[in-house]
Amino acid sequence: MAVRRLAPPELQPKSFAFTDENRAWAEKEVAKYPPGRQASAIIALLWRAQDQAGGWLPEAAIRAVGDQLGLAHIRALEVATFYTMFNLAPVGRTYVQLCGTTPCVLRGAEDLKALCRRRIGDEQHITSDGQFSWIEVECLGACVNAPVVQIGADYYEDLTAESFEKVLDAFAAGGTPKPGPQIDRQLSAPVGGQTTLKSFERT
Amino acid sequence: MLDDKDRVFRNLYGLDDWGLTGARARGAWDGTKAILEKGRDWIVNEMKASGQRGRGGAGFPTGLKWSFMPKTAERPHYLVVNADESEPGTCKDREIMRHDPHLLVEGCLFAGFAMGAHVAYIYVRGEFIRERERLQAAVDQAYAANLIGKNNVHDFDFDVYVHHGAGAYICGEETALLESLEGKKGMPRLKPPFPANVGLYGCPTTVNNVETIAQAPDILRRGAAWFSGIGRQNNTGTKLFCISGHVNKPCNVEEAMGIPLRELLEKHAGGVRGGWDNLLAVIPGGSSMPLVPAGPDQADTLLMDFDGCRDKKSALGTAAVIVMDKSTDIIRAMARISYFYKHESCGQCTPCREGMGWMWRVLTRMAEGRAHKREIDMLMQVTQQIEGHTICAFGDGAAWPVQGLLRHFRPEIERRIDQYAANPHPEPVRVAAE
Repeated sequence: MAVRRLAPPELQPKSFAFTDENRAWAEKEVAKYPPGRQASAIIALLWRAQDQAGGWLPEAAIRAVGDQLGLAHIRALEVATFYTMFNLAPVGRTYVQLCGTTPCVLRGAEDLKALCRRRIGDEQHITSDGQFSWIEVECLGACVNAPVVQIGADYYEDLTAESFEKVLDAFAAGGTPKPGPQIDRQLSAPVGGQTTLKSFERT
Repeated sequence: MLDDKDRVFRNLYGLDDWGLTGARARGAWDGTKAILEKGRDWIVNEMKASGQRGRGGAGFPTGLKWSFMPKTAERPHYLVVNADESEPGTCKDREIMRHDPHLLVEGCLFAGFAMGAHVAYIYVRGEFIRERERLQAAVDQAYAANLIGKNNVHDFDFDVYVHHGAGAYICGEETALLESLEGKKGMPRLKPPFPANVGLYGCPTTVNNVETIAQAPDILRRGAAWFSGIGRQNNTGTKLFCISGHVNKPCNVEEAMGIPLRELLEKHAGGVRGGWDNLLAVIPGGSSMPLVPAGPDQADTLLMDFDGCRDKKSALGTAAVIVMDKSTDIIRAMARISYFYKHESCGQCTPCREGMGWMWRVLTRMAEGRAHKREIDMLMQVTQQIEGHTICAFGDGAAWPVQGLLRHFRPEIERRIDQYAANPHPEPVRVAAE
């Protein structure tokens, strides 16, 4: 189990309210589930709250989501602390989730970790300009493209320390580098061309 | 080698259009209504006859699972698709969701029809944001073309909803997934009652893997005989293999069940780094399964299907092949897998919650050699005390890789302990358990 606690009081904003747009979106989300089962939408709503609050979930946001769904606050707090993609403390604007599980380690994830330590600092440390922070996560599920990092919604795959540095440079310059494999490769096909499905290949 | 025309996932690498037009050109949504008109029993029997076993890890026969759903409809029935793919080494469902999502949507319709479910929820893992968007887009296309929804062209009201998690491996366990879908912590439920009687919202529910469901349209369209003609008896059909680790060209590939490991690696993944003789061990089915070491009776003759892997005291699991060559520190690699399980344990059952951290700490010391030889047997005993003593199979899945390590690499652990003991070190500071 991972020990997860809410951020200290001095970091917590006093209040949280969904924007009108997000509130309307939340109502559509609740409608996916049968009447009386609105609790099912909690993960989606917490996620949206996390996006609105700048990448992390303040306590006020968790309570607001609980109120919106008519749940006791403890139910919302339980869910927010159980699922590891909910950040309970602030993160950098470019939040690097680095896969450190065995298939990625076999392909060189340790080098990427060393690069993060050198360039960004310790795990969960936010750089002074607020741009970067990183965390080691468990398997991201792109093992044939290892090593992998997730930045925002995108996966950056087949990394080496050099290509990862370039990706981080691009983010530092305010851009968004092209996601996917960072080597010459068609997604999860073998390097150098596919061995199957050749009769379906399009030119 | 499997012929291209026998492959189910014809857009595996995303070279073709993923959308409705492309999917139709590849054969999806063709004659769907005619198949549905053959009736619910025909579909279930055809799935049984195909011999397809669940692609999510446990390998339970799909047709049989579908037949467990009650025939009467006093309560709503639900189909839940498990797209919470998080087993280390596994990345097959991701390709289906982003490159051939219509196979999954159409499969949901068939499966829902066969079990009298008018609603399907697809539970996608939280990390797969792009894949979820793609799947949602495909579902929207299917609604727009009136293939699913109320009063659709198939005369079977059917809704598909894409739901997502937020980073919890345990939600891949079917009852934990249902808990999570109900908006709670993903903690597995005691069975019985089984989900086919009391599942989502207390109603009859069947949970299937993405690949299982996505293969269903092809099985029903081409016939059970086609599917059961591929592979071996009890191990029929095609399978997506994810080959990762120390191979020259890691990749996903669809192959016939029962393909020899060596052929699989050499034909599609460019072989083991440094040649076949450089192989140290392979994990044939995702990190929960025991490793199979190199050797004539072991990896050399390993057939990649349910029975073939079982013969080597491992299991096919999700068919995620993790290859490790001789440069691997095998104890450290397994310690990292133990860390994964420590991190992902839901904390409900004591043997798992406490045992995972214990195993990880002992293995970490063993990787340095900072242990006693008697602790090897103690570790084995602890794994056996975890195995089978937890609500769900997570405890087993965490114990097996450690057992595999101890079974095959005990001399390596002992060598390291001897090496450490021969070089005196200061007494280590004892650290309290977390």
